[in-house]
Amino acid sequence: MTTTGPELEPQSAITAEIVSRQQQYQDDLAAGARPTATLLDFAPYRSSVLRHPTKDPRLVDPETIELVSPAYGHWEVAPIESDLTAQHVGGEPQGQRMVVTGRVLDSAGRPIRHQLVEIWQANAGGRYIHQRDQHPAPLDPNFTGAGRTLTDENGVYRFTTIKPGAYPWKNHLNAWRPAHIHFSLFGNAVTQRLVTQMYFPDDPLFALDPIYNSIPEQKDRDRLVADYDHELTSPEWALGFRWDIVLSGPQATWFEQEGDE
Amino acid sequence: MMSGDASLPTPGQTVGPFFRFGVEYAGENQVVHPYSPGSVLLSGTVYDGAGDAIPDAMVEIWAADADGTVPAGEGARQRTAHLFSGFGRSQTNGAGHFEFWTRNPGPTAPGKAPFFAAVVFARGLTDKLHTRIYLPDDEAALAADPFLASLEPDERRTVIAERDAEGNLRHDIRLQGERETVFIRF
Repeated sequence: MTTTGPELEPQSAITAEIVSRQQQYQDDLAAGARPTATLLDFAPYRSSVLRHPTKDPRLVDPETIELVSPAYGHWEVAPIESDLTAQHVGGEPQGQRMVVTGRVLDSAGRPIRHQLVEIWQANAGGRYIHQRDQHPAPLDPNFTGAGRTLTDENGVYRFTTIKPGAYPWKNHLNAWRPAHIHFSLFGNAVTQRLVTQMYFPDDPLFALDPIYNSIPEQKDRDRLVADYDHELTSPEWALGFRWDIVLSGPQATWFEQEGDE
Repeated sequence: MMSGDASLPTPGQTVGPFFRFGVEYAGENQVVHPYSPGSVLLSGTVYDGAGDAIPDAMVEIWAADADGTVPAGEGARQRTAHLFSGFGRSQTNGAGHFEFWTRNPGPTAPGKAPFFAAVVFARGLTDKLHTRIYLPDDEAALAADPFLASLEPDERRTVIAERDAEGNLRHDIRLQGERETVFIRF
């Protein structure tokens, strides 16, 4: 099924809108607007048009419950859940095996310890197992594409998976998402809650993608791109990618004391 | 070099359309057993700017226990330990509906207005949104709350739940439009 409906706009129109919206952000900044890493109002991503608040979020002092976070016991996540290549008795998934690892840190560089990291992704052919993804790439009976782990004492997470393929969608004509892995993270305070996407170096689809470009500054977009790490790559087994995550936001001071031990 | 300038926070991105299989788990929206003593149903609908329900959103709540105790958190994924984790997660259904079985949070200090901290995600929403869902019952505490005091009456209504005849809580979230929910940053 190839969608070539006349209602879909060409890439050139979307790219022009991306450039224009990012320039508007720079103009707004120059006029004194508040910097923001991700633009909620980003029309080139068509689904955002009716789903972004029109008012600026109010600045509030976080209260008790907001200064702490849900936490997880070590018994709540099994070690095998971090290996997305070992979830099916039928065998291993198709695709390029890889390890992705890194540290989860707060904005002062301190490790976020024993916290939940959840990931989900498309298979090597760019297909999600989700029922609503019906594009004609094959499902892989040996790949679901969901994993989770807890960070260790040093804030380190580590997943074994396969490299996801680029994913076609219907935002516009011939729209393809750069290969990515969705990450969900908890910090030491609920204010640090983060859902984001990790990308791979040098993807030619970056400039074309309205979701990646909903982050207006290149230095911020760069934070979502993992590094290829040859030291992490293992012979005849798996490529290695390294990606550190920094969770911003206020948190309770007693965590600093705990970190001083 | 690590992923650009490692001193910068990692920006958020949309959950996309296909997050359910990645984040759903058994018992995720049952912070306590349904109909157990002291339990309350907190439910509502997530709407877009055209007033249409959003069938691919996710709401998370995080709140104190009924006596105001801040939970240690553990037990939100494996409810079998029967700890009060305070955390729940609900993906909206085809009608944009979310729901949680939980408890009415108590005040974390005398006179404080109790609320659920809530985080909202959706396809088409490029980053998370934080808000609060206040209990409607203690009018004196609500009147004394500095955040609520900073809001216009119409705005205030968007962050206070309604209590129905059965004692359950009803609270809609509107991402955009006339009765747009007041979202917060810290």
